[in-house]
Amino acid sequence: MNAITESPVAATADARKAGDLLLVATALLLCVWVLLPIYLLIVNALSSPDQVTAFPKRFFPSFDLGSLSFFINFAGVARALWNSVLVATLTMILAIGFGAPAGYALSRFDFPGKGAFRFLVLMTRAFPLPLLALPLAVMFIRTGLDDTAIGLALVHTTLALPFAVLIAFSLFSGIPVELEEAAWTLGCTRWQAFRKVILPLALPGIAASAVFAFTISWNEVFAAAVLTIENRTLTAFLLQSLGESPLYLKFAGGAALVVPALIFIFAVRKYLFAMWGIANR
Amino acid sequence: MHGKALPYLLLMPATLFLCIFFLYPFALVAFEAVSRDGAFTLDNFRTMAGSWKFPVTVRNTLLLAAIVVPIQLVMALLMASVVSRLETGRSAALYVFAIPLGISDLAAGMIWLAIFDQSGFLNTLLSSLGVVDRPVMFLGYQSKLTIFIAVALAEIWRATAIMMVILVAGMGLIPKEYYEAAEVFGASPWQRFRRITLPLLRPSLQTAIILRVILAFEVFAVVAALGGTNLPVLMGETYNWQFTLQDRNVAAASALLILAISIGFTLFFLRVLRVPKEARI
Repeated sequence: MNAITESPVAATADARKAGDLLLVATALLLCVWVLLPIYLLIVNALSSPDQVTAFPKRFFPSFDLGSLSFFINFAGVARALWNSVLVATLTMILAIGFGAPAGYALSRFDFPGKGAFRFLVLMTRAFPLPLLALPLAVMFIRTGLDDTAIGLALVHTTLALPFAVLIAFSLFSGIPVELEEAAWTLGCTRWQAFRKVILPLALPGIAASAVFAFTISWNEVFAAAVLTIENRTLTAFLLQSLGESPLYLKFAGGAALVVPALIFIFAVRKYLFAMWGIANR
Repeated sequence: MHGKALPYLLLMPATLFLCIFFLYPFALVAFEAVSRDGAFTLDNFRTMAGSWKFPVTVRNTLLLAAIVVPIQLVMALLMASVVSRLETGRSAALYVFAIPLGISDLAAGMIWLAIFDQSGFLNTLLSSLGVVDRPVMFLGYQSKLTIFIAVALAEIWRATAIMMVILVAGMGLIPKEYYEAAEVFGASPWQRFRRITLPLLRPSLQTAIILRVILAFEVFAVVAALGGTNLPVLMGETYNWQFTLQDRNVAAASALLILAISIGFTLFFLRVLRVPKEARI
């Protein structure tokens, strides 16, 4: 009797257990799919040049810094790294400087033209933006911005600005307007209320979107390769030396691109969904 | 009182920026594509389409998108479902799945080069298993199919994360009560996925597909790293017209073609996956 009443329950419990096991197994498998290729690149980057070109390969790094030191000392690499950091920093400043005020305005005011501005921002997503570097190359030559960090940063800002605007919009929308109003009634000016009440609350999110803007610029290849000649960024440098550079230089360069990206994504992991979730509306 | 002007002042920098660096270059590229030395002409398009490489280029780009995007959609749905059902290790799994989001397409190309190169990890694995006696040249000019497969794998690996993040955000918006009700009525997990998740996820699916398809037509650095010139794609040919062949009018025509294809597909998916206003959550 007891056994009969229990068996369906036991069966569903078993099914549930099997389902959970399948779930965890799938999750682990997908993690391996993402992580294994990165691991293999790191193995190459941490092996000596001879080991990189040797066959068969070892699946564990020898922790020989030969490839990396060859990469760092290769003519032009140090400068390219510096240029990448410079352009990405400028992009970050421009994107936040232009984007955060716009996001604040969108979250706090209703005014004619608001819809048009949102449309303009959303429209940028339907375009392959790096292509716009082609006409800008000519414009930059005329204005003396060609082959400069700021010129490339301006193009990268078109990529990063829509994100900065939308993230700032969702951040400020999440902070109750009553907090600001309370500060006004206590005698704060609009600016003081913003700086002392709203800004501290929004700052972590703004920092995350700044990191995101940095990452976008750090990773961009096409516009960087089109717009820089002497002052190449790391991506442009690696792209243009693909044909002649040895394997160990490519892998060390790839690792140099990947490792900061891992840290960036880790830093903004909490905000990834604020960044993309709002993109749905 | 400057209260009325404030939102416009806050929006001004971003608006001006987008006008100068988004709308204006867009107009410029359209103008350059249909003119030569100031006179209107369609010769640039004829030159572009007359190149022997052109049909292959268009075919490669479209085929790559047609194969990569559906696979990514399924994988992204799987990842998002796994993440939303996982109880322990949820945030760790999310971080791992999101990692490729921060990785440059050039770096992704290098990562898969480490696997597919003649002295790479795949050959090591195959020869230690005894499948091949000597390393196979996967990425040579005679092995177009394996180059294509390598590029497709690298693209799937790299850009599934962007869809996954959008879909996870979208799944978070679906009320839990729907699933509970379905469970009470005895719906299986698959039925719940088909009847609740998929229909209610439509706005997110639309965004994810549009963003991903546009990115698919921009494929460039992955192909450059893995296939060199053996697998011509539209973006790479645009780059060639600009630099190798030094003809920026034809490059502009090529860019305009990519823009047109992107906008065409955006409109197509906006229409096909249209969500009525009252059906949104």
